[in-house]
Amino acid sequence: MNVFARMAAPVAALVAAGLTATACAPSTSDNEAKKDDQSGTLCVWLFQEVDNDPKKKVVDQAVADFRGKHKDVDVDVTYIPINTRAEKIKAAFNDPESAPDLIEYGNTDTAGYVQDGGLADISEEFASWPQSKDTDATAKESLTVKGKTYGSPLFVGVRALYYRTDVFKDLGLKPPTTQEELVNTAEKIRAEPKDLYGLAVGGAYTYGAMPFLWSNGGELATEKDGTYRSTIDSAQSQAGIKAYTALFGDQNCPANKCAEMGGNNTVETFASGKAGMAIAGNFNHPAIEASKVKGKYAVVPLPGKKAGEIAPAFAGGNNIGLLKSSSHRTLGLALMQSLTSKKTQGALFDAMGFLPTYTDVRKEAAAREPFAEPFVKTLDVAKFVPASPGWAAIDAVLVLPTMFQQIVSGRKDVDAAANEARKKMDAAFTEAG
Amino acid sequence: MSAVAKGGRRGGLGASRWTPWLYLAPALIVLAALLVYPIYQLGLISFLEYTQAQVSGGEPATFQGFANYTELFSDRQFWEVLVATLVFAAVCVLSTLVVGCGLAVLLTRIRAVSRLALMLAALGAWATQAITGSTVLVFLFDPDFGPVNKMLVWVGLSGFEDFSWTYDRYSAFALVLFEVVWCSFPLVMVTVYAGIKAIPGEVLEAASLDGASNWRVWRSVMAPMLRPILVVVTIQPIIWDFKVFTQIYVMTNGGGIAGQNLVLNVYAYQKAFASSQYSLGSAIGIVMLLILLAVTLIYLRLLRRQGEEL
Repeated sequence: MNVFARMAAPVAALVAAGLTATACAPSTSDNEAKKDDQSGTLCVWLFQEVDNDPKKKVVDQAVADFRGKHKDVDVDVTYIPINTRAEKIKAAFNDPESAPDLIEYGNTDTAGYVQDGGLADISEEFASWPQSKDTDATAKESLTVKGKTYGSPLFVGVRALYYRTDVFKDLGLKPPTTQEELVNTAEKIRAEPKDLYGLAVGGAYTYGAMPFLWSNGGELATEKDGTYRSTIDSAQSQAGIKAYTALFGDQNCPANKCAEMGGNNTVETFASGKAGMAIAGNFNHPAIEASKVKGKYAVVPLPGKKAGEIAPAFAGGNNIGLLKSSSHRTLGLALMQSLTSKKTQGALFDAMGFLPTYTDVRKEAAAREPFAEPFVKTLDVAKFVPASPGWAAIDAVLVLPTMFQQIVSGRKDVDAAANEARKKMDAAFTEAG
Repeated sequence: MSAVAKGGRRGGLGASRWTPWLYLAPALIVLAALLVYPIYQLGLISFLEYTQAQVSGGEPATFQGFANYTELFSDRQFWEVLVATLVFAAVCVLSTLVVGCGLAVLLTRIRAVSRLALMLAALGAWATQAITGSTVLVFLFDPDFGPVNKMLVWVGLSGFEDFSWTYDRYSAFALVLFEVVWCSFPLVMVTVYAGIKAIPGEVLEAASLDGASNWRVWRSVMAPMLRPILVVVTIQPIIWDFKVFTQIYVMTNGGGIAGQNLVLNVYAYQKAFASSQYSLGSAIGIVMLLILLAVTLIYLRLLRRQGEEL
């Protein structure tokens, strides 16, 4: 006791001294641009792809085009690793002094970055660009927050149904044209003694599950006056959730293995030859092409409820944004225009297989490369997630994977799990404002 | 001690009261800078609305009082995770101590070559990064390709053909427990072994001459003499295991199926960093700090009550 009594005074004094010395709120940075320089160096951060050289060549050309018009401006392009991009970009927002002028960012991050005060509103300039009228609606939606535009789309990515042509041939199967056929086909493949999964699905594969939700008429959330309310527990959404979760089980993809799989795991499962079908993106093509199923697969759009319908898929992709703190607004926008031009996007498709965001360029691309066709078709009906900063939080605390896993593992029924998910989503939307 | 303070020192120079503090000052200043200031910031942030928007200046930081704590305490998941963390940490600490002490005693009983082998194996485990150990273990226990399931089937156990260790909550925790014990027992083993070696041989000899069993020697001779060492090797795992992150994050894919294997640190990471709610994350941090302080103080207190200076 005595020891404590004797220590109390000095400790208190020390704490008090600490308080007076440092009595300040935690740091907050100022991201307002102070000027609009017409010369100097433009700094750009782009994502480092697994095989980055082809991308670099396309970008170098776009930069050269820009410098043709702006001779005395330097451009410094840095490729940042995708795994740590969130930290890098947050750090850029926190420290405007060492932040770049332009960044590439994933389109689900738009609303969050806008709320963080990191991205500049470029609505007027974007609308005035001659090429921007051909930008497809979903890509535009992915950079619009509360009616304002925060960047220019670079490419889109979408998922479709990959299937094993050899397995289908052996079993006399045809690519499914409805959701019901998809389920039947999956079960037939599983029933064969080859120990294959029918359709590889994952409890943590949110974007693989979305087409089922959307094709059943469900929605993640609806917007009213700029605020989102979750509709994950509506009758239609629940029908979609039921359709997806019914794929887990010994008849297709055993729950004890598939419940914990995410998107990458299902793609790996397909690539390692352990599944008859999988839902994977055009961006997964290189990995599957490099695997042992090369030459033994084909792709069709994921079928919807009725024959001839395509299940709406999530339109992922990346945008180029101008940082609010940039001191080169005019030049930055000129470079952004060059980096996301029709010419650049066409070249990027040829080099990397990334789908262009301009509808006309995309059509031409699909004509050049038949592989792109099912993805381009799917993009006509693709959808986007809620443009709310709350979505990032919902994604981060795994609301939807938790819901699917609760159902798949038999902990909760569809209604109870969807209800819980709705509450969590609404809380996140409210918090995000 | 208190008698000296009251009687002897009062009459002395006023400065002498402050002399110890003067000597302690450099250490205290460094400690304050490295410890008090961050904790102060952590506490401060836990009373604010402080998300990425506030950090990068999109919105002003506002004082919220206990709002973050109210939000946390009204979250049913927080309590579930807290209970799971406490129970899991307790099991980890106990297992680590049992394995560590058991092997330390074993070390004193075996020949030099086997002792060297055991030491090397333990040091290998010690030197292995938690993330490496976790990844390797996940591979070993993989339901499709893992050798462990194949071996279990081979020795004739049924039901392991397709058994997924991470699907069931308890088998997933058991797997993580295995990894946690594996990377923390060497510290206990080496420290306790050193302690045992320092016990005078005649004491142990006397005990065995009196016909004490191995267990009795440990219980009545070694353990009491190793007390100060045991305190250290218990508090360390308490702190480590309460804060376990890597193993859970890697082995159960960030918290297991439907979050069944979440522990506080992973939960705080989800809240604070993945979804940028730094203020809520700070509140979790403060709660963890208070719990750890309380557990450690109660533990030290209990030991003191048993009568010995540490």
